[in-house]
Amino acid sequence: MRELPPFGLIWVYLSASPLLGLTLTLCAYVVAYWIYARCKFSPLANPVAIAIALVSTVLLISGMPYSEYFAGAQFVHFLLGPATVALAIPLARQLPRLRRSFLPLLCGLLAGSATAIVSAVTLTVLLGGSYQLAVSIGPKSATTPIAMGVAEKLGGLPALTAVLVISTGIFGAIAARFLFNRMRIDSAEVRGFALGVTSHGIGTARAFQVSPEMGAFAGLGMGLNGVLTAFLAPWLIPVFAGLLAR
Amino acid sequence: MLASFATLLVFQCLGEGITFALKLPIPGPVVGMLLLFFSLVAYPPLLEKVEATASELLRHLSLLFVPAGVGIVAAAGQVKGHWITVILAVAVSTLLTLAVTATVTRAVMNWQKRREALLGKPDEGKEDDHA
Repeated sequence: MRELPPFGLIWVYLSASPLLGLTLTLCAYVVAYWIYARCKFSPLANPVAIAIALVSTVLLISGMPYSEYFAGAQFVHFLLGPATVALAIPLARQLPRLRRSFLPLLCGLLAGSATAIVSAVTLTVLLGGSYQLAVSIGPKSATTPIAMGVAEKLGGLPALTAVLVISTGIFGAIAARFLFNRMRIDSAEVRGFALGVTSHGIGTARAFQVSPEMGAFAGLGMGLNGVLTAFLAPWLIPVFAGLLAR
Repeated sequence: MLASFATLLVFQCLGEGITFALKLPIPGPVVGMLLLFFSLVAYPPLLEKVEATASELLRHLSLLFVPAGVGIVAAAGQVKGHWITVILAVAVSTLLTLAVTATVTRAVMNWQKRREALLGKPDEGKEDDHA
């Protein structure tokens, strides 16, 4: 009988094609979602966090570089574009309620967007972080591509920003229910909108798992805050980081 | 399903094209979302056509963030020595943003309701609900 090549060699062979990264991503998510369902969809068992932890563990153990993994995972990553466009649909469904709540949502958006940027930059500088770190963390509530673009333009580290954006998404999705219950905020509109403004797509994903109505308002919050951050961050961040660094 | 996925991609292309041509600081897909939203408002029958595919895509929205999130493996080196700063800044700022957005939105909603009650103006929303 012919001897089989050692497992290591098979892994190296598979790593060379995009197949492995893609398979790894989907399998990790299936396992993460199963855990999430077993935990009765508790916000604490956030499926994005679990899937990221699983894939990261495999990469660290196998020594597979991130770029190699991403060569396969980019097919999943690509779908973020069409999914963002698709957010227009639940939004259009909520049009009558949107019209009614236009002014409150606009005020909440302005306050939330400014709070996100200013508090992140201020805290980072006060806790001893560098200007570069403050710039990378400032746009963290905007959706990933916007935040990365802003950080890059201001001299931050886009790769780090992507990770901070996702951390913000996961943390907000986990904490929102406890915080809102504590604050006695029970309107699905307000809960969804605040979660979308703060935690962009990951908050929106969590909101859709709670109810379609909450999801629609989260999608709206995410879209609007993405646009607003793109305009606000480039002048708010240097002002606050510059003032405090002195 | 195929036609509606193509529709989403067409709007994304339009968005990317406009962003590039006008040098907007906003990513193409967000512009695409706004374009599709206004198209849906202007031509409601389109909604039925794209809805099924869109819901399917949005149901698994969480999955799409995994590849970028795994980037933490590559970015970890850049945070060296600043872990506590980063964790505290992200956590506190996230809680603050959630609380401020929700508080302001709710406060203005309540103010709007009180004002409408005071002016005796019929609630605009009611007409929509009956429609």
